[in-house]
Amino acid sequence: MHIAILGNGVAGITAARFIRKLSDHQITVISAETDHFFSRTALMYVYMGHMRYEDIKPYEDWFWKKNRIELLRAYVERIDFDNKKLITREGQSVSYDKLLLATGSASNLFGWPGQELEGVRGLYSYPDLEYMEQHSKGLQRAVIVGGGLIGIEMAEMFHSRHIPVTFLVREERYWDMVLPPEESDMVSRHIREHGIGLRLSTELNEIVDDGAGRACAVITSHGERIDCGYVGLTAGVHPNIGFLKNTPLETQRGILVNDYLQTNIPDVYAAGDCVQVREPKPGRRPIEAVWYVGRMMGETAAYNICGRPVTYEPGIWFNSAKFLDIEYQVYGEVPAQLPEGYAALYWEHPGERKSIRLVYDKREGHILGFNLMGVRYRQEVCEKWIRERIHIEEVLQNLGLANFDPEFYKEYEAEVVQLYNRQSGRSLELRQRRGLSAALRFLRSR
Amino acid sequence: MHTIQKAGLGIFLLAFLIFIAVLGLDRFVLSEENLAEAISNPYHRQELVEVAQAQGILGKSYGSSFEFVPVFKALLKDSQQSLEEKAKAALPEGVSKSEFRLGSWQFKDYTYAAARKASTGPVASNPLLFFGLTFGLGILGGLLYILPKFKLLPGIKNDHIYHRAMTRGLKVGLRSIFLGSAIIGLLLYGVFYMGKEYFWPAVSALVGLLIIGLVLLAERQRRRQPARSASPQVTGWLGVLAGIFLIGFYILLYWAPQHITAWVLLADPLSRLLNGGEASQWFLYGLLYTMIVLVMGVRMLAKYRHNKYQVIRTFSVMFFQTAFAFLLPEILVRLNYPYYDFKNIWPLNYTFFFDWNIKNLLSSGGLGIFMLVWGIVLIIVAVPVITYFFGKRWYCSWVCGCGGLAETLGDPYRQLSDKSLIAWKFERWIIHGVLVFAVVMTGMVLYTYFTGSRNILIFNSDTVRTWYGFLIGSAFAGVVGTGFYPLMGNRMWCRFGCPLAAYLGLVQRFKSRFRITTNGGQCISCGNCSTYCEMGIDVRAYAQRGQDIVRASCVGCGVCAAVCPRGVLRLENSSSDVKERAAVVRNRLADL
Repeated sequence: MHIAILGNGVAGITAARFIRKLSDHQITVISAETDHFFSRTALMYVYMGHMRYEDIKPYEDWFWKKNRIELLRAYVERIDFDNKKLITREGQSVSYDKLLLATGSASNLFGWPGQELEGVRGLYSYPDLEYMEQHSKGLQRAVIVGGGLIGIEMAEMFHSRHIPVTFLVREERYWDMVLPPEESDMVSRHIREHGIGLRLSTELNEIVDDGAGRACAVITSHGERIDCGYVGLTAGVHPNIGFLKNTPLETQRGILVNDYLQTNIPDVYAAGDCVQVREPKPGRRPIEAVWYVGRMMGETAAYNICGRPVTYEPGIWFNSAKFLDIEYQVYGEVPAQLPEGYAALYWEHPGERKSIRLVYDKREGHILGFNLMGVRYRQEVCEKWIRERIHIEEVLQNLGLANFDPEFYKEYEAEVVQLYNRQSGRSLELRQRRGLSAALRFLRSR
Repeated sequence: MHTIQKAGLGIFLLAFLIFIAVLGLDRFVLSEENLAEAISNPYHRQELVEVAQAQGILGKSYGSSFEFVPVFKALLKDSQQSLEEKAKAALPEGVSKSEFRLGSWQFKDYTYAAARKASTGPVASNPLLFFGLTFGLGILGGLLYILPKFKLLPGIKNDHIYHRAMTRGLKVGLRSIFLGSAIIGLLLYGVFYMGKEYFWPAVSALVGLLIIGLVLLAERQRRRQPARSASPQVTGWLGVLAGIFLIGFYILLYWAPQHITAWVLLADPLSRLLNGGEASQWFLYGLLYTMIVLVMGVRMLAKYRHNKYQVIRTFSVMFFQTAFAFLLPEILVRLNYPYYDFKNIWPLNYTFFFDWNIKNLLSSGGLGIFMLVWGIVLIIVAVPVITYFFGKRWYCSWVCGCGGLAETLGDPYRQLSDKSLIAWKFERWIIHGVLVFAVVMTGMVLYTYFTGSRNILIFNSDTVRTWYGFLIGSAFAGVVGTGFYPLMGNRMWCRFGCPLAAYLGLVQRFKSRFRITTNGGQCISCGNCSTYCEMGIDVRAYAQRGQDIVRASCVGCGVCAAVCPRGVLRLENSSSDVKERAAVVRNRLADL
């Protein structure tokens, strides 16, 4: 059986690896972007000189041949679902028995005047990075539009080259649709202390042409003109499915899939950013353009393609990022605005950029989520507490179990407990400090 | 860049230039007095004076060591010959032939001592001034460059490492040329070093070819192309220059100290202060080494000041280098005890079981006996026990001097280690080969010590130990180990050569609680951990599968965990799940 995988990102490649683990099928991974799989989330480090492109490839180049995963560098323009054929731009056709669509995302463009000018681009793909590199020489200022994870990465990238950055964010605080206000403020302060020009509550009105088809300035929603040589458009991404519109494949915003990641067409599956789950699990969204989701979907798709039906079970939500120097981890449900019936305990270090937030059910008291800034917590421990609906006070007394910071790092769990005591009038004590042995005992316990 | 930093860089470069220039400032004038100071054997001294007088060398001024040394070597040869003739005629009463004759093996020491004594000029007369202009200004400049870094926001500071001409490494072709010519050059020089004895250099070359064959053949069978080369797109020329300088420095230090006597003179005042005697080239080296570890240690502290593990660890290597490796042995010498570094463990300290060392310790009273017992206890008790609890990091990245230099001076080059699977294969063959060599050599030396017989089968234990000292002790540990920092990374010696690291690694791999654990499914395969692993471990390969990392070579520097942007890695000593979680990895790296 020949399995074609469209897209060599984390979803497609994870699927290929697992298909190889599970079977002897012929596997072809097709991509127009690069010859080999690379870590998309690490593109920024290439620009900043932390790593070379070679270093962000998770597998050595011999890996594919050794595991009989064929790599085809081609741009698929059309899919003939009836005859199970992929047709490339060059007219080459590749037939398949089963197909996995893992085409990823594309940057959002909201029809801004001037968005097609030279020196205006999003940051998602390797060619985007090359484009950014080509335009960085002699660049006097860059403007970044859109305050999400890619926006702050791009700001950090230009900042590392000492290129002045103006960062336009539509919201009142940085990423405040996701981050609660305190964390959002902390990141906003941190962006500014790096000397990046953060403009909150500011939108892009238009990009100005210099007369030669190049961007030379932007005009903001406040009517201000900011001269710049590059405009980074980072107002989110959407499923990259343009070439699949008007085909028998059922799509809405993304490719619609059931719990087995099957599309409406037999033998065609989809995974990763390009997917829209028909019936998302509670607490999960239909489209989740996140590395981890791509990886989990890739694995699930592989099982289903190999005839071992498995439903997609993403489990408890988790994510992580790094805002300049602040590491961020989230486990479970941490809403930006606390809904009715939710309570939160928020501790912040007075001097350093660290905070711990525990979200719990106001009435029942069980833990719902963790939000960590500058502190590392164990995913398995947090997940178990959330899954088993452990009471906040039980969690607090054992909070050290979750700590994953390096040796000798100061532990703040006792302060978190004290804060809770002060707010609630209780007198709990921290029973567990950081340590793998206790964490494992806990994880193994029923 | 900060103005203060620019000034600091300027001052440092000035000090560096003066340091180089110092070698050419003095002239060499041989006199009867300084021959008397340099050479203690009265027959040799007298003969040298006579021959030198006859040839008109005494009082003549030579502009550089390169002029002086050949003249003096010719003088030695002539004196050797005339002494030989005299010995044939008649030996003075009560003097043995070996004492009277001048052996070729003494040439090196005599040349160095004479060059040192014959130096006259600004450096010889103002060593303290030039010490200030080189060491003093160098330290000042370095600190001025480093200290402003404390004002930066705390966080990972790896921007532009692959953009800088100093740190981005070499293209694979150039790297191969350097490595190849170093190996061939050192083996050829080894033939001369061994007195035109071809046997051991030839055996070493054969072993080298065998290892290359074993690794490459295995590669070809699997039809793998070497990938992920550690090459940048453009070679970093400053790094190449730095590498050439370091290689040159080690060659001069080990095998031609007569050309760097001016540097040794600089260290004289401090040496007199510490141990009461004049400086040797080894004192100079120790001083330079310690100063570099301290200054670059401050840089490490600035870079990782947000990371307590790195801060404490850096203080530890700075302390052990200064107190244990540098000051304590000098003070011991001053108190008439044997020179002893309490933290240097056999087989890294390969001379520990040499007859002269054992005799020296045994004849130094209670402290000497303690030193001997301490050294043995370190080998058979401390290494396995402490490594069981904490992993080899307790030594390699907290205590060891080589590790100390690698973690301070070498930190800017940690990314240059080769992460390919093929490099790992070379590593295992070579480092365990060196361990076997060290054990066999020491066994032969001890056999000779206890039986008095120098020959084991057809091999001479003296020759074997000399060759080990040359090939491993000097060429590998020094020239390649440190000289290649800017060319192939800062742990070349620790990863490929150190027999103690091999021993510690075997304990760590098979019987230790230490490993690096991963945090659930948080890895984004970015590769920072692998890139900044100085030991060339592909950390990501494990982390992205959620596996623990158990590797013989891991020195536990903790930088992978520090640079991880998602908080995935943690160094761990807990015994709880060593068996289950690490079992897969201990057995074999799963393929997919």
